[in-house]
Amino acid sequence: MELNMNPTNNILPLHDTTWAFDKEEGSVINLMKSTHTEQIAEPIIEVPEDLNRNVLVSSVDALLNWSRKSTVWPLSFGLACCAFEMMASAMSRFDIARFGMEVFRATPRQADLMIVAGTVTWKMAPAITRLYEQMPEPKWVISMGACATCGGPYYSSYSVVPGVNHLVPVDVYVPGCPPRPDALLYGIMQLHEKIRRYRLLSQPAGGK
Amino acid sequence: MTIALKASDVAKALRGFFTDGILRDNLDELWIDSNYLFDLCKLLKENNEFYLNYLVAITGVDYIDRFQLIYHLKSLQHNHSLVIKTELIGRDSPSISSVMNIWPAADLQEREIWDLMGIHFAGHPNLKRIMTWEGFEGHPLRRDHLGG
Repeated sequence: MELNMNPTNNILPLHDTTWAFDKEEGSVINLMKSTHTEQIAEPIIEVPEDLNRNVLVSSVDALLNWSRKSTVWPLSFGLACCAFEMMASAMSRFDIARFGMEVFRATPRQADLMIVAGTVTWKMAPAITRLYEQMPEPKWVISMGACATCGGPYYSSYSVVPGVNHLVPVDVYVPGCPPRPDALLYGIMQLHEKIRRYRLLSQPAGGK
Repeated sequence: MTIALKASDVAKALRGFFTDGILRDNLDELWIDSNYLFDLCKLLKENNEFYLNYLVAITGVDYIDRFQLIYHLKSLQHNHSLVIKTELIGRDSPSISSVMNIWPAADLQEREIWDLMGIHFAGHPNLKRIMTWEGFEGHPLRRDHLGG
């Protein structure tokens, strides 16, 4: 096979073939950057003061929530260095399998939880929203690390989303840069607490 | 250990081919006129004495009144290296010839410099943004680019 030492001569100019895609992608990103300027509120389960600790959770709710919280399958979604801590938490030392979460899914259609681990750039923003929309409900989002929570060291950068909560509603924020696996596990346990409090009638689980 | 070529020796040898392309030499960096970049790089790659067949990196620097481009070259046969520096005066539309036809490795690097610093590489077949997205305003690593 002859090596093509001069690639500019024979192949079709890439510029022509991908220009339409690039422009489309760019316009989508610019639109997102101009419209997603407000933070999306955290989906909080509100229990009225007088009902707090006075309401019996029905057994159906308890069963549903228990089964949901026991098998929260995360989407393997590492964006930056936080992903290494996420991987470490899946390894035997920290052992996320204790919570039935060891199955990091490669497809959003089988995942319940998106752990946004790392810096979210505007160029990644359409992919994140698409993945979130592809996840079946009920679905939850953990924002892991300073970058995903508020931009972190890249706050007010030209290319970094100032917090993933501008794109998707976030249930649990895990601080740190990057957070150790312990911190992520604590965040996951907080999410379990949250899932445990959903009620079928007044507050269906997950999503917006 | 790779030996850095002495720029004065290289300049002496190159002055036989280009009388005005070589501006000055300083230890191991060779300053050249930006108009002669392509011909000079072609010679440096094809000449058996230099045979600088490996482009390590292209760096762009913004000095506000001028842009500087630094080419790190290496010869894998002779195990020596050379640094070429050139300057582009003015901020409005800096342009230099692309070296992608000489070293295909220059492809992505020139695109990155175009994207982040706005230096145009004439002759590059696919010069478009690589880090930021199409439709991004300005070139973010320029000194006068305001964030947001």
